[in-house]
Amino acid sequence: MERSLLAAAWLIARKDLAIELRTRTAFFSALVFALLGIVIFFFAWDPTAVPAGDLAPGVLWVIFTFAGLLGLQRSFGVEQADRAIDALLTAPIPREAIYLGKALANLAFVAAVQLIAIPAVALFYNVPMGAIAPTLAAIALLAAIGLVAVGTLFSAMAVNTRLAELLLPVLSLPFFVPIVMPAAQATAKLLAGRPVGEAAAWLRLLVAFDIVFVVICMFAFPFTVEE
Amino acid sequence: MSEAAGELAVETRGLRRSFGGRRALDGVDLSLRGGECLALFGPNGAGKTTLLRVLAGLLRPSGGTAAVGGVVLPGGAAARAVVGLLSHASMLYAPLTARENVEFAARLHGVRDPRAAAAAVLGRMRIADRADAPVRSLSRGMQQRVSVARAVVHDPRVVLLDEPFTGLDESGAAALTAVLAELRTSGAALVLVTHNLAEGLSLATHAAVMRAGRFARYEARHAIDAGRYAADYRELVAHGA
Repeated sequence: MERSLLAAAWLIARKDLAIELRTRTAFFSALVFALLGIVIFFFAWDPTAVPAGDLAPGVLWVIFTFAGLLGLQRSFGVEQADRAIDALLTAPIPREAIYLGKALANLAFVAAVQLIAIPAVALFYNVPMGAIAPTLAAIALLAAIGLVAVGTLFSAMAVNTRLAELLLPVLSLPFFVPIVMPAAQATAKLLAGRPVGEAAAWLRLLVAFDIVFVVICMFAFPFTVEE
Repeated sequence: MSEAAGELAVETRGLRRSFGGRRALDGVDLSLRGGECLALFGPNGAGKTTLLRVLAGLLRPSGGTAAVGGVVLPGGAAARAVVGLLSHASMLYAPLTARENVEFAARLHGVRDPRAAAAAVLGRMRIADRADAPVRSLSRGMQQRVSVARAVVHDPRVVLLDEPFTGLDESGAAALTAVLAELRTSGAALVLVTHNLAEGLSLATHAAVMRAGRFARYEARHAIDAGRYAADYRELVAHGA
């Protein structure tokens, strides 16, 4: 019996999250990286030269981008270890469900890192984020969708190569730029105390890139796993 | 025997598959009906695993035709629904338990009661007592039992087995033999790749020797003199390639 796209995607996402909960390797390495990054930026920062509100958006998005890559690296790595990917590819599910399931699990992973890193940045840089928290969370989520959409596809492409650890960032980072740029700009406007309306244009751009990347990557995915 | 027994389960005509300039399959013709078992022998690099991977839908044919369960490949989800694959690798998630792995496979295949199906097949493979142990804590032989359970939990009509007895002890081998017999009785067709001639011939209704991507020999089991087969096989392989 063929399962629907969403039902199969949910199954795969649940399985990936169960594995991550069991091992916690990717989450902890991403979290440690994020916190170390925040600390290093903090000690390299001269508060008399650069106001905290100007620095924090850059710190946030550099950390999210690279911490996200750690999780994405592992996304198809768990399938490759004992060729479990073959079991997914021989199951009567749409290939797109594999992509969507992986992307959902990666989204939960990146969101969990964001959930800890954003308050950590607020704390270290003494940037009050309480009032803008819902809008900032929305920006973080929108950007995470874009990063995960692209990263999941390239994770599938890179995993079969000998240089997977190197190839994933090389392939992904140029495509992360259209996501990170509006996200960082919108975050900067919010942290500068500007009205949300001023960030609207960047948010529209972010949503547009999300839609483009999700659609293109989902339909391109089957071609990356067909031999 | 079920209704599926006797129906054409696997059919290939002039099946070819190339990797770059190398032809791994070079015109394979095969017909297998439900309830039949083909034992596939041959030296390393003969194309046995490639044939299984094409029939499983993991590789696209470069030429010729192939059909499983009446669905012409590449047949998408409809073709994949009728196939169960056991390959060299365990195809399991090491951090998950045996039960979770098999249940996950059952859910992917839309089995009506995945929990009960997983418990039943783990029981048939005599590993129910270790069902809640993470796969990474199991021995190679135990993992192979879980792999078999994962491959057949959805009662596939075509079962593709690549060296299924690898790592199994006597009890595991007996459990696998019993499961394969049940599958055949239920009308499934089996393609069994093995280097152990006696083991393959004991299960098979047909036997074939692959060499350089082709069937160098293909016959019904009843026409085979098991005593002579090993010598003929060695000669065939030695003079091939």
